[in-house]
Amino acid sequence: MKEPYDGPILEIDDLSISFFTRLREIPAVMDFSVKVQPGEAVGLVGESGCGKSTVALGVMRDLGRNGRIVGGAIRFKGRDMADLSNSELRQIRGNEIAMIYQEPMASLNPAMKIGRQLMEVPMLHEGLSEAQARSRALEVVADVKLPDPERILKAYPHQLSGGQQQRIVIAMALMSKPALLILDEPTTALDVTVEASIVELVKNLGRKYGTSMLFISHNLGLVLETCDRICVMYSGEAVERGSIEDVFDEMQHPYTQALFRSIPLPGADKNAHPLVAIPGNFPLPHERPLGCNFGPRCDYFEAGRCDAGHIPMFDVPDSERHATRCLRFREIDWNAPPIVGATHDKGETGKVVLRMDALKKYYEVAANALFGGEKKVVKANETLSFEARESETLAIVGESGCGKSTFAKVLMGLETATEGQILLDGKNIEKIPIEKRDTKAIADVQMVFQNPFDTLNPSMTVGRQIIRALEIFGIGNSEGERRNRMLDLLDLVKLPREFANRMPRQLSGGQKQRVGIARAFAGDARIVVADEPVSALDVSVQAAVTDLLMEIQREHKTTLLFISHDLSIVRYLSDRVMVMYLGHVVELGDTAQVFSPPFHPYTEALLSAVPIADTSVKKKHIVLEGDVPSAMNPPPGCPFQTRCRWKVRVPGDLCETEVPPMRRMAEGHQVKCHLSEAEFATMEPVIEVRTEDV
Amino acid sequence: MGIFLLRRLGVMLLTTLCLTFVVFWLTNLQPNLEKLAKTQGNMRMTDTQVASWLEERGYARPILIKYGEWLGVLPGYVNVSTDGSVQARCLDDGMTIETAPRYCGVLQGEWGYSTVFREDVSDIISIRLGLTAKLMLWVMILMVPSALLLGVLAGMREGSRTDRALSTISITTTATPEYVSGVILIAVFASSAVGLKWFKGTATSAMEDANFENFFLPILTIALFGMGYIARMTRASMAEVMTAQYIRTARLKGVSFPNIVMKHALRNALIAPFTVIMLQFPWLLNGVVIVETLFNYKGFGWTLVQAAGNNDIELLLGVSVVSVIVVLVTQLISDIGYVYLNPRISVS
Repeated sequence: MKEPYDGPILEIDDLSISFFTRLREIPAVMDFSVKVQPGEAVGLVGESGCGKSTVALGVMRDLGRNGRIVGGAIRFKGRDMADLSNSELRQIRGNEIAMIYQEPMASLNPAMKIGRQLMEVPMLHEGLSEAQARSRALEVVADVKLPDPERILKAYPHQLSGGQQQRIVIAMALMSKPALLILDEPTTALDVTVEASIVELVKNLGRKYGTSMLFISHNLGLVLETCDRICVMYSGEAVERGSIEDVFDEMQHPYTQALFRSIPLPGADKNAHPLVAIPGNFPLPHERPLGCNFGPRCDYFEAGRCDAGHIPMFDVPDSERHATRCLRFREIDWNAPPIVGATHDKGETGKVVLRMDALKKYYEVAANALFGGEKKVVKANETLSFEARESETLAIVGESGCGKSTFAKVLMGLETATEGQILLDGKNIEKIPIEKRDTKAIADVQMVFQNPFDTLNPSMTVGRQIIRALEIFGIGNSEGERRNRMLDLLDLVKLPREFANRMPRQLSGGQKQRVGIARAFAGDARIVVADEPVSALDVSVQAAVTDLLMEIQREHKTTLLFISHDLSIVRYLSDRVMVMYLGHVVELGDTAQVFSPPFHPYTEALLSAVPIADTSVKKKHIVLEGDVPSAMNPPPGCPFQTRCRWKVRVPGDLCETEVPPMRRMAEGHQVKCHLSEAEFATMEPVIEVRTEDV
Repeated sequence: MGIFLLRRLGVMLLTTLCLTFVVFWLTNLQPNLEKLAKTQGNMRMTDTQVASWLEERGYARPILIKYGEWLGVLPGYVNVSTDGSVQARCLDDGMTIETAPRYCGVLQGEWGYSTVFREDVSDIISIRLGLTAKLMLWVMILMVPSALLLGVLAGMREGSRTDRALSTISITTTATPEYVSGVILIAVFASSAVGLKWFKGTATSAMEDANFENFFLPILTIALFGMGYIARMTRASMAEVMTAQYIRTARLKGVSFPNIVMKHALRNALIAPFTVIMLQFPWLLNGVVIVETLFNYKGFGWTLVQAAGNNDIELLLGVSVVSVIVVLVTQLISDIGYVYLNPRISVS
């Protein structure tokens, strides 16, 4: 059935895809070409809305009722996909081209056992019997390194964790040993350490089965780790393509350059080397400018030339299969250092504003909702102690389920603490729920939320929402005063004053997050808890929003508690870092101390899991096995002992029996670990930057 | 699962007790009792005569005691009047006060005596319920599969021509009440108005010997009304499932469209309408009132109308108890079926 074929697996030539609405034709992809050779992994990178997922669905010919391919050709193993009949297409889908999706939970049928869903593929395409298909399924499930394949096959999707579900989706894609694997943001919904193990798995399996891959992602670091070649997309067009080394080190398009300058790489620093945000906004598909789509946001824009007409791809001389869609790529000095905006001196950290002392938060969960039964205790936070000073940024890092959000809730007063104390300016607030707090205390501690799309009231204008916050905080004596204050706040977050009368739906994600920030600072908050404030935003917008936060912080001497799982951004902006695991603080110290040895073993694994988009960085590879244990049933002793690779170096069964004490490694640096001083001394840095590039 | 069932049964028992008490209280209101005395005794009774009539037959006591007697947890009353005649709740024909049982309530199987039909309530209910069960069974056999088919066909390609045509049909049938559709159906298929004398306009003969000719019209009348509703629910649920990501996964696995619908979408799409289908049972039980009267089919609904219209307290009580039990049992079945359909819900 599958004949050997040695030409390019997938050739896309001048592909154009449009969606047709009642109003107009919306071009989603224009003039897009890419070639995937056998065994090659090609990364497709771009911001949301740039058309990368549309390309993937176009290859599968699954564009829905409104989408249509309006030009160009897709050839799979030399055959034009447009010539295939429906049944021939079905024969290719799942058999020769398989796809891995962004949300594993939603991609698996909730009412069908895992085994059935896996067995379906070879039974459909290769006519295997049920027994044969079952043994194949067992084999592949073992291949994706899932424990106890027999049990997994009998399970329903909801009984597995997110990482396990994604492994099943991968297994499903590999069931019929496809020639091409399309991965659409396969790890976006997962934690970093899970992401690292999934990426590792995909890489190894790709090598084992000789599968070609089309890897769609917005994360440049991930693409660097997985792919041989890369294609950067902007607003429906490929703007640059070439090998990883060419594009990462010798980029030839202003957008690629701007993208790299806006992500925090090791060495970036908020004071000395601030990120350079891309000015302006992503153009809407029907509002694209004439000529270069990136023109209005480009530093090298030349009126009359860049906006004159269609710009084709140019081959870059002296470099193999490297092309760029820029008229001026020969004239631009690509090695010129970025025009650095104002650099700032490090703000002086002031007095202690917030102090947590042995804070504990336990939830009681009844085993049975009606009969009660044995009560189970979820230990969400376990003896948290730290202090935060004025105009300091304290980052709180950890994977989902580590208790970082619970801690934020207790601080905000949405939950009350079980034990321990929280001192705000020397006053205890741990037992006071938010309804009982006075206006001052509420205005002092505010929050910026992760998802700006859901946290603004969709039927209230932006201005009114900010004024509402001012009313609650009791600021201003009259409507007019509050209105002026609201306009000042819009200035503060660099939004035009006309936005006061806009509805949230008329704003982009980044603009909504600015409104969220304005609301948080409405009452001159002194402590702002930012819960993953930029993780829902696009890369180019992230830098701008982060910078804004930093700037407001410098002016207002705010204490910023920055909750995040993205260590790159944490390293960039925080003064101190607190690493959490299963409710415990496992490491606390200055950013430099946490990011260099000696580490807590968990910090080490976390650092190595973060993909870094820099070819000059060498990383140690540590993959954590298994899942985070349930907080309902934590392991005895050290919370991390089930996944720790250093555990063997601790004498006896200390790790299994005793919770390690918080040890002071250096001034202000604490680690919760049983390892001896000598062992700590042997730790090597996880990230090494090759010196010639610095 | 065992504990879940026990718990549900307990709740059911409690609900039945509460509901029957409410019905008992409403049917035993003073005006009702006075009416009963006059119809049973003498229309020209004076108020004092009515009072003594009620007194003799134990109606004049506190409601809780009467309810307890009716239920069979309290001993029945025994009244020996001045003239030596004995009135007792448990005294049947051919019994003396010594041989009569002390308790005679619903729990002992004594449902009372119908004043309209002059028969034991339990006999009436078992016969009438059987007749209605026959009707309901055929209604379900016709209604559920056709409604699901309609809903699935409409929902699998949302917005298509098939969808719009089928949706129009289901909305029309749901929007037409039984007394309208029944009359139209009789006029078209049973009367000489149109001339298609395919079916009979009355279902009286179907009580003894049901066949297609005399039984189809009442079935169709009920089924049409319920069908549209279930079909709409199924369509909405199916349309939602068809846009789910796992359907895309199946499509991109190369599964053919009929198989996507049958293997991947159907079970997920049936979870929501299943509850609605089970809710149709109690609705049918009462909804048949109109159709049974229209087609003169003497089933449960017809009996309810007779009992209510003639102030037949004991029969009314019996009918209510049965209705309550039917509702609760179908809901229990619905919950268990829901667990079976939806693996994400489990009971302990």
